[in-house]
Amino acid sequence: MADTPNAAGEAAAPGMPQLDVSTFENQIFWLLIALLAIYFVLSRVALPRIAGILAERQGTITNDIAAAEDLKAKALDAEAAYDKALADARAEAQRISGETKAAIQADLDVAIEKADAEIAAKAAESEKAIAEIRAGAQEAIKEVAKDTAKEIVAHLGGKADARSITAAVTSRMKG
Amino acid sequence: MADDAKGGGGLSFKPMDQFQVKPLFGDYGDPIHWYTITNVTLWLGLAILAVIALMVLTTSKRDVVPGRGQSIAELMYGFVYKMVEDVTGKDGIKYFPYIMTLFMFILCANFLGLIPMSFTTTSHIAVTAILGFGVFFAVTILGFVKNGASFLGLFWVSSAPLPLRPVLAIIEIISYFVRPVSHSIRLAGNMMAGHAVLKVFAGFAQVAAIAPVAIIGVMAIYGLEVLVSAIQAYVFTILTCVYLKDALHPHH
Repeated sequence: MADTPNAAGEAAAPGMPQLDVSTFENQIFWLLIALLAIYFVLSRVALPRIAGILAERQGTITNDIAAAEDLKAKALDAEAAYDKALADARAEAQRISGETKAAIQADLDVAIEKADAEIAAKAAESEKAIAEIRAGAQEAIKEVAKDTAKEIVAHLGGKADARSITAAVTSRMKG
Repeated sequence: MADDAKGGGGLSFKPMDQFQVKPLFGDYGDPIHWYTITNVTLWLGLAILAVIALMVLTTSKRDVVPGRGQSIAELMYGFVYKMVEDVTGKDGIKYFPYIMTLFMFILCANFLGLIPMSFTTTSHIAVTAILGFGVFFAVTILGFVKNGASFLGLFWVSSAPLPLRPVLAIIEIISYFVRPVSHSIRLAGNMMAGHAVLKVFAGFAQVAAIAPVAIIGVMAIYGLEVLVSAIQAYVFTILTCVYLKDALHPHH
C-alpha cells in the first residue's frame, strides 16, 4: 500500500486528514444528504408529533384543572348547603325549645296563680277565724269586765246601773 | 501504515489516524470520489438513525404521560424551542426546524464519535465549514430579504458617538465575516483535539509502567469529551440563534 502512493494516502499521512482536500467532495456530498434526511425526518414527523403531544398534554391539564375547579365549586356548594341545614336545624331547635319553655311557663303561671288563689283563700279564712276569735275574746272580756265592775260597785255599796257600766266598760276598752 | 515498518519496536502514536476518510468497501488509498461510500457515509447514516431513534421511535406512542424515551425527545424539543424563542423572539420560531436539525445532527454526531473505534464526522473541517458557512449565508441572505438595505445598520452602531462609528463599523464588519470561520473551527477543533488527546493517552497505555495513569487519563478525558460533545452542540446552536436574531432585528 505504501508502494502505491496516491493523493489521499500521501497527503493525509504526515498531517491532519482534515486538511486532505481530496476527501472534501465526498464528505460534503454525504453531509448534505444526511442534513436533508434529518431535516425531513424532524420537520415532517418528529416535530409536529411532539408539538401535538405537548398541545394535547396542555389541553388535558387545562381540562383537569377545570374539572378540579368544578368539583371544588360543588364541594363549596355542598358545604354551604350543610351549613344552611345546620343553621335551620339550630333555629328549629331554638324555636321548639322556646315553645316548650313558653308552654311550661304558661302551665307554671296557671299553677302559681291557682296556688296563690288557694293561699289567699286560706289566708282570708284564717283571718276570718282570727277575727272571729278576737271578736269572741272581746265580747268575753266585755262580759267579764261588766260583771266584775258590777260586783265591785255592789261590793262598794252602790247600786250599779247596768247601762252606765256597759258604757263605761265600752269606753275603756276602746281607749 | 508506512510507520509500522519504520517505527520498529518503539511507541507508535498515531492520534490522527482515527480521522482518516476511507472507502467502506475496498482498501485504504483507493481513490475517493464524491459518491464513494466511505466511513463518513456510514457514521452520517448512523447519525440519521440516531436522530430517528431519539425523536421518532420514542414518541410513537404519543403518551400524555411520557415514558423515559419520550421524555428525552420532549426535553430536546423544549430545550431548543425555548432557546430559539428566547434568543430570536416570536418571529424566529418558524426557523425552529432548521435549528433543531443542526442541533440534533451535531449532538448525535458528537456522541457517536465517542464510541471507541468510531469515526467523528464533526471533527472534520469540511463538515463543520458547510454547517458554519451554511448558517452564515442563510442568515445574511435572510437579513437582506427581511430588512433590505437597512440590514447594513447592523454595522452602524447608532448608540456610539459619531466619530467612533466608522471605526466600529470596520470592526463589526470584520467580526461579522469571521463568524462562520470561528463557528465552524470551534466545533471541528474541539472534537478533533479531544479525540486526538484520547488517542495520545491510549498510546501511553502501551507502556506498562505508566499504563494505570494513562488509563485513568483516558477515563478523565473521556468524561470531559462527553461534556464537550453536548456543550459544542449547544454552543453551535445558540450562536446560530444569535446570528439569526441579528438578521431578524439588525438594529442594536
